[in-house]
Amino acid sequence: MYKSVLFGVLTVSGLVAGAATAATLDDVKARGSLNCGVTTGVPGFAAPDANGVWEGFDVDVCRAVASAIFGDPTAVNFTPTTGQTRFTALASGEIDMLARNTTWTFSRDVDLKFEFTGVNYYDGQGFMVPKDLGVSSATELDGATICIQTGTTTELNLADYFRANKISYEPVPIETSAEARQQFLAGACDVYTTDASALAAIRATFETPGDFTVLPEIISKEPLGPLVRHGDNGWGDIVRWSLNAMITAEELGVTSANAGELSGGSDNPEINRLLGSEGNLGEQLGLSADWAKNIIMSVGNYGEVFGTNIGENTPIGIARGLNAQWKDGGLIYSPPFR
Amino acid sequence: MTTLTDPPAESFRLSQLIYDTRYRSMTIQVVALIGFVALFAWLISNTITNLALLGKDFNFGFLSVRSGYDINQRLVEYSSDSSHLRAAYVGLLNTLLVAVLGCALATVIGVFVGVLRLSNNWLTAKMMTIYVEAFRNIPVLLWIVAFFAVLTEATPAPRAFRGESPAASMVLNDSVAFTNRGIYVPSPTWGDGSLFVVVVFLLSLAGIWWFGRYAHKRQNETGDILPTFWIKLAIFFVPVVIAYFILGRPVGLEYPALKGFNFSGGLQFRNSLLALWLALSCYTGAFIAENVRAGILAISRGQSEAASALGLRPNRTMNLVVLPQALRVIIPPLISQYLNLTKNSSLAIAVGYMDLRATLGGITLNQTGRELECMLLMMGIYLIISLAISGSMNVYNNSVKLKER
Repeated sequence: MYKSVLFGVLTVSGLVAGAATAATLDDVKARGSLNCGVTTGVPGFAAPDANGVWEGFDVDVCRAVASAIFGDPTAVNFTPTTGQTRFTALASGEIDMLARNTTWTFSRDVDLKFEFTGVNYYDGQGFMVPKDLGVSSATELDGATICIQTGTTTELNLADYFRANKISYEPVPIETSAEARQQFLAGACDVYTTDASALAAIRATFETPGDFTVLPEIISKEPLGPLVRHGDNGWGDIVRWSLNAMITAEELGVTSANAGELSGGSDNPEINRLLGSEGNLGEQLGLSADWAKNIIMSVGNYGEVFGTNIGENTPIGIARGLNAQWKDGGLIYSPPFR
Repeated sequence: MTTLTDPPAESFRLSQLIYDTRYRSMTIQVVALIGFVALFAWLISNTITNLALLGKDFNFGFLSVRSGYDINQRLVEYSSDSSHLRAAYVGLLNTLLVAVLGCALATVIGVFVGVLRLSNNWLTAKMMTIYVEAFRNIPVLLWIVAFFAVLTEATPAPRAFRGESPAASMVLNDSVAFTNRGIYVPSPTWGDGSLFVVVVFLLSLAGIWWFGRYAHKRQNETGDILPTFWIKLAIFFVPVVIAYFILGRPVGLEYPALKGFNFSGGLQFRNSLLALWLALSCYTGAFIAENVRAGILAISRGQSEAASALGLRPNRTMNLVVLPQALRVIIPPLISQYLNLTKNSSLAIAVGYMDLRATLGGITLNQTGRELECMLLMMGIYLIISLAISGSMNVYNNSVKLKER
């Protein structure tokens, strides 16, 4: 009897566990909203505005996916995650996708069992110092106290960089970007290091941004992109092609202003396939035919999203650089819609 | 004549398991045990199934892999080339450091405040009441953050010490620097012959202990009270100072000096350690103060009245009569306060103190993605620390508790 109870329990629990992994898309549709993990607040990338509405470059990736599924960019529940909690939140199913300037690395992709669905920002790790420190290069930072967010790739890059250059430093581990800002401004650390984009974003929030400078060294490659769990490729495809739709739309000149007009039909068959007036790409994803049109109408194309959140006309003022379209000498490149 | 016959041997029937009181309790226990084992088996099998579904295995091999990150406060040799296991060890030592320092200071604060709260001086008693209530009723995390904020915001950055007319300067004859990164104090340097000085110092400690016993014995036998304090003080200082100068001052001091971005040389007590240590000590100290007060109040008034009648002054009444008896009441709750302090030290990450939670349960967990293994390991380690503390405190408790003869 003892054994049979044990086996019976084993069988039942196996069935329960098996049933728990239905398709993510069905879960999201049943719930009526997308659960998306973002940062705890990096201006321009993901931060709540004065009314508590999340906005930013990464947030718009979440909104694009919600638009593709529901045609409604507001059908998103945002979950703020720290560098330490983000992967657990995604792996446990608390969030459906993570769009939190997360670096695509081998071990996260393979060992942590995540699927990176593209790159929405090509970044690199930089250093920010107060100007009156008189430092012009990262190699002069011997003995400096450096604020760093724990649980990030920047932590490992920093250790490697200082080791390779045979200089010492004192790491001050920090949980969130807001905490780093406070410590850095109080002078508890000489240097703040993280992705160059986030440095620019934080500097824009300082009272006197001109007193601080970002050193010229970029010590790592940080391709940042959205990611999902392994094992549900259909869901991964939706996130991947939502991002690609934004990129392709910019390349083809489809904007939030003209998408409605172009969806009636145009001379360019790729535009027609993208906007759903030709072919059945939406159906193949398990979505409506106008999924990509909804993304572009409600969120905008990649260039628009970049421009309104972090572009040169915003306080953050990041140039396109590596993040320009491939035709303009950048790395932003989407596989074709066909 | 009546014959006695044995009652017919009753055969065992299954229904007796429920209706016969002789068997019922056993039945209930067996059923409960089966239920418990089944629940446990379900939990384990559910974990295994879900791990398999995620494509993850369960092994601790990651502990021997190169960690790749640096830790600021290291009590043992460690670099980013060391393994994750080594990083966890560094974190464990940092946890133990703050726990030991915290328990010691909390006890001092607790006894001091607990005694003063019973003082006849109205102002002193009320001030201690305010202290106890303020610390006991605000979450310790807020205290840790508050202490850290005060330490970083109220002190100057190292660069304020630089220049012709610096905004800040070192104190105590240019030997101690209070900065927003921590307190820098001189550290000893050990030259030739310093070992001899240390040996002399240890011998004089032994001498103090021996003298204390001798004075006690003498007092018991003859009633004479020796001026122990002054003699002990002399034993403490004189031999060491003589040895120090005879050997040509082998033990020196290395003063911290501003070099580059930071002070170098000397010892640095980081603000994260100080904030955590002070906050945990003050918080737990408030609880210990209440335990001490309860312990003292538990001693009947007759004891101190009798002591007064014998002519003991209030000071001695407290030290010789009340506190030794109160210890019996104080020690058991004190153990759980020590455990609380040790467990609360895992809040260290709030101020960036690299304890076990921040290394093994923080960065290592994150970089390797081994949540289950790291968490289980960490829980195991905290369990062992806590059991070790309560084990050793129980030994002490047995030595002070009332001996029944």
